[in-house]
Amino acid sequence: MDEKFNFLNKVDRDSSNLIKGLQLVQAAEGYVSDDGIRAVAEYFSMPPVEVEGVVSFYAQFKRVKPGRNKISVCDGTACHIKGSSQVLEWMRQELGIDSGETTRDGEFSLETVACLGCCSLAPVMSVNGKVYGKLDRKKMVKILKEYAD
Amino acid sequence: MNSRIKTLRIGVASCGIAAGAEAVQTRLRECAGNIPVIGVGCLGSCYAEPMVEAVLEDGSGILYGNVTPDDVPEILELGEKKRFTPPPARQAKELVKVLALAGRVDPTDFNDYTAHGGYEGLKNALKMTPEEVVNEMKLSGLRGRGGGGFPTGTKWSFLAAKKAPEKILICNADEGDPGAFMDRSLMESVPHQVLEGMLIAAHATGATKLFIYCRAEYPLAIKHLKIAIAQIYENKLNVIDGRVLEIIIKEGAGAFVCGEETALIASLEGKRGTPRFRPPFPTDSGYKGAPTMINNVETYGNVPLILREGGAEFAKIGTEGSKGTKLFALAGDLKYPGLVEVPMGITLGEIVFDMGGADRDSVKAVQTGGPSGGCIPVELFDTPVDYDSLRSLGAIMGSGGMIVIGKYRCMVETARYFLDFTHRESCGKCTFCRVGTTRMFETLERIVAGKGVPEDLDFLEDLGKKIKAGSLCGLGQTAPNPVLATLRYFRHEYEAHVKEHRCEALQCNALVKLKLDQSKCVKCRQCIRVCPVGAVSEEFVIDSSKCTRCNSCMDCCPKHAISRVTKEN
Repeated sequence: MDEKFNFLNKVDRDSSNLIKGLQLVQAAEGYVSDDGIRAVAEYFSMPPVEVEGVVSFYAQFKRVKPGRNKISVCDGTACHIKGSSQVLEWMRQELGIDSGETTRDGEFSLETVACLGCCSLAPVMSVNGKVYGKLDRKKMVKILKEYAD
Repeated sequence: MNSRIKTLRIGVASCGIAAGAEAVQTRLRECAGNIPVIGVGCLGSCYAEPMVEAVLEDGSGILYGNVTPDDVPEILELGEKKRFTPPPARQAKELVKVLALAGRVDPTDFNDYTAHGGYEGLKNALKMTPEEVVNEMKLSGLRGRGGGGFPTGTKWSFLAAKKAPEKILICNADEGDPGAFMDRSLMESVPHQVLEGMLIAAHATGATKLFIYCRAEYPLAIKHLKIAIAQIYENKLNVIDGRVLEIIIKEGAGAFVCGEETALIASLEGKRGTPRFRPPFPTDSGYKGAPTMINNVETYGNVPLILREGGAEFAKIGTEGSKGTKLFALAGDLKYPGLVEVPMGITLGEIVFDMGGADRDSVKAVQTGGPSGGCIPVELFDTPVDYDSLRSLGAIMGSGGMIVIGKYRCMVETARYFLDFTHRESCGKCTFCRVGTTRMFETLERIVAGKGVPEDLDFLEDLGKKIKAGSLCGLGQTAPNPVLATLRYFRHEYEAHVKEHRCEALQCNALVKLKLDQSKCVKCRQCIRVCPVGAVSEEFVIDSSKCTRCNSCMDCCPKHAISRVTKEN
């Protein structure tokens, strides 16, 4: 196994820890790379294709390298009712990317998530885990500027 | 500084933090001198976050809402500005039982919880035999709060009756319904209460291993649970009837279907979270083949109350078939979004209008039960909220998300939104669910784009019924509900879309355009400046072919001269 994945030793080799192992890989790399899949497969003694199957099943796991700033726009029910599709449209206009993409300079990546659990502040988004609520276009642009600098 | 202040509490659950509570907390700590500043959980009134409570010597408290760091000196003098009083109608209707300690105790302080009656339920339970505890649960009439509404005591008796070397207890904390945050609040605010419920269940059922399957999107809940578990180990509360119980937190990885029992178990085992046929039921063969029982966070949160006050006392609240209180996450088009706890049997209208402060004239419907539920129109708001009444309307209680939908929202678009969610979350195992929800979604997409035909409505109804019949698990069996319920109550909106290509609510972008009323316009040019695509001309005419209907101009116009109107064909 590639040395850089030695942190996998933190969990038991029991296959019920597969998801935990993948979460560790994603925490370290920011996504799950091909190398990551191979390392996890080797660690838990299972075929890489089975690992890939689990990765593709869960929304949390990314197979593409994310941008320096990770934007998650919430599209839960409350946010949707409060206009999250507009937020996504503004993002498209400001950054030129759709959900699931990364800007060419690698600064921002955009994803939609089902619910950030802050429904009373809808519409919300999070940038690198920090949640911003009651968004309008102006507020969103201002937040993007803060991260771009 | 006012010398009557004994302690200061600040709500630092996720909602509070998102509203800026951390900065307020820092400032409080800087300015409060010797007065302890305690970070507590959810105070329920999310719309007024960040919230601070000044607790006085006599134990009473003064609440402050929408607090900024600059308000801190004023609060320390117990000033009048920013004082917060919950709406009187809300206070009158609310019945706080499960959430009684939320916002009152420090979630990370074991002694604070026990000082407020915590673990007394467990103590009582340990004095009883397991059978007596199960009977107490049956007497209480508690039904599963995760949505299904299965009687909890009966479920416990199934696991208790099993003879096996290993028995597993799982807390389903994979709160995946978009728009629901009851479980998050409970875990963040009173993690010990949930864990106490699990320990009582372990005594009653003879469980040997306890799992909490929690969404990875809830880092604060996970943190607080981990701290609480360490404290339980320290105080040896995990030693039940001579068994040393292991309590393990497993983080989910984002899959709605994992709220389904058998899918959750597969996910716990590290596999793709697909459901399987039942029987065998998990209580016969669950996690790695061992007898397994799954209860929801809120269900466990009710258990300590039952063991503290007795099942008969608990059963005094609620209706014939639904006992106790229920938490609802109120959101959408209303004045006071937040978390409310109400007795079962309260009407939808009381929750939405009296407690939520929604405007009676502008509400069209309420969506309960998230993507598995249905929309209930305002005409039926005198329906009592209990498991059976809601089901008879084509909706479900669900886990407790309640989204208020205003008059200017399109019901077809709302249904499309839910199908967008479920067709993506379908695990793909059953053909009807995998392909059927996708076809329903595509049909709805076509309708909101103005390309629907009248036959689409029959097609949706027919396919919806078939998906319900042909799916293995709760996801597929309920996925068509939002469409079927809106077709039942809002058929005229669908018909306007497919027959006249008109959206009554003026929400569907493909069927509306933006119009600038020249007689109201003061030529301030703000619309021209703000338009991202240059669709507003120097003569203040909006070019519909360029316009993306983003509403930027409408929102910034000081004279409200711009509005959405039906697009003529």
